[in-house]
Amino acid sequence: MVQVEGLTKYYGSRCALDRVSFRVDHGEIVGLLGLNGSGKTTLLRILAGHLLPTSGTVTVQGRDLYQDPFRLKRSIGFLPETPPLYGDMTVASYLLFVARLKGLTRKEARLRLEEVEAEVDLAHVRDEIIDQLSFGYRQRVGIAQALIHDPEVLLLDEPAAGLDPVQIVEMRELIQGLRGSRTVLLSSHILSEIRQICDRILVIQEGRIVAEGPEEELARKLRPGMRVRIQVRGGGDRVRQCLAAVDGIDDIAGARQEGDQATFLLSLSKDVRDRIASALVRGGIGLLEMSRADLELENVFLGLLEQTGAAG
Amino acid sequence: MKRFWIIFVRELGAYFRSAMGYVVMAAVLLVDGLLFNVYALGGGAKYSADVLRDFFYFSSGTTMIASIFLTMRLLAEERQAGTLSLYYGAPVREGTVVAAKFLSAFVFLCLITLLTVYMPLLIFVHGKVTAGHIAAGYLGLLCLGAASLSVGMFGSSLARSQVVAAVVSSALLVTMLLFWLLANITDPPLSSVFGYLALHNKHFLPFMKGVVNTMDLVYYLSVTYFFLLLSARVVEARRWR
Repeated sequence: MVQVEGLTKYYGSRCALDRVSFRVDHGEIVGLLGLNGSGKTTLLRILAGHLLPTSGTVTVQGRDLYQDPFRLKRSIGFLPETPPLYGDMTVASYLLFVARLKGLTRKEARLRLEEVEAEVDLAHVRDEIIDQLSFGYRQRVGIAQALIHDPEVLLLDEPAAGLDPVQIVEMRELIQGLRGSRTVLLSSHILSEIRQICDRILVIQEGRIVAEGPEEELARKLRPGMRVRIQVRGGGDRVRQCLAAVDGIDDIAGARQEGDQATFLLSLSKDVRDRIASALVRGGIGLLEMSRADLELENVFLGLLEQTGAAG
Repeated sequence: MKRFWIIFVRELGAYFRSAMGYVVMAAVLLVDGLLFNVYALGGGAKYSADVLRDFFYFSSGTTMIASIFLTMRLLAEERQAGTLSLYYGAPVREGTVVAAKFLSAFVFLCLITLLTVYMPLLIFVHGKVTAGHIAAGYLGLLCLGAASLSVGMFGSSLARSQVVAAVVSSALLVTMLLFWLLANITDPPLSSVFGYLALHNKHFLPFMKGVVNTMDLVYYLSVTYFFLLLSARVVEARRWR
């Protein structure tokens, strides 16, 4: 369990974190979502003990990180955005070095090495020089070094940055495999990544936590009502005429014409999706697709930015 | 202490895993060999003690230059590659990291220095020098080497780029070398202060002649400790930035 209270960090006169407080429970995977420069990396580096805060407290498993740093650093694993790898070492010798550095005995380190190699699927490259590995494998070694001492808290800074689509899926599965056994806090500015991996989201902007909760809850808080996206065959004006008679539609926006197809985003005060479909069919308009759009994280995120004035 | 040895072994191994270690070693041996033939053995008839003194004189130069090359990567490369975060995230003090890295560089420098021993041995076999003179000269080289390595370590702690680290360290070393010139043109007590602080002239010349003064040993140990302490403080201070 990680508890952060009133964490503030100044770089000179610039405030990078402003009284940040939150809690992550054991076994949770929490996403830290924010634009570049919003304070995600600073926050993670402070939690990992790499950086000292200007004020505030970090408690890990009930112990203050700054009162008992040596003991707590053993229970925290950190993958920075650039994995801290010694390119001249083999995968196995590097991981053994990190394990020993973190305080494991030689025997414990060898046992953990086998476990982590299996967990992160590195066994077949254990004798390879790190510099000769592909980017994806280097990222895996980065995760492995964060896991090698069997930490209870895992901090991952942009773990999927720079990976190709296949590697992103593998990384996602790897992190999801940690659910329940470890407390994971990961940062990203890639919305789809956060959505698919995390139980809960912390939205950070300009050094402050501006929203917190599961994706659906954030969406509901931000935009009450329902939002529906429809894709139709036909012109925009006819669609508006057909839907004008349907009670419960507050707004029809975002017409995007592609050939003979158009996409609209409807804001509804109540669930009238069946009536929308009937109205369109009666009006002779081909309804190609209808889907809920209010739960999309992109909307939540953009909404928050609009609310706090950063989008413009 | 356990982590000190873990870091020391990794760092020492890094010299053997990279080309840098071998290149520095080969360059020192080549230059020392050339200078030994040209300056120490050449130039007419000399006493063997003078030949040995000349050997230690130019070896001190190659030792200082080698120290810069051996240390420039130690902290600057770690910062650039982001590997310094491994130590920040581990239960280990910054001073331990700096000390372990320094010792690895020192042991590697000792190895390079040891490989030059065939030259004094040639003088020992064919001339009339004592083993004590050779031992004193090597002690001086290692003392000067330790001090230079610590200055190099400090330069490396300040910079992110290895080249900048080497430039900063070289500038510091040259400044400390030139203190004896300042001593010549200033009045007491400043001349005494600059004279005492001079890295080479005041403190290394006795070793070259086979004389070991406690004051010289204390000087080199103090310089080494001072710059290692500064390096550790710089690494520590980065946790605030």
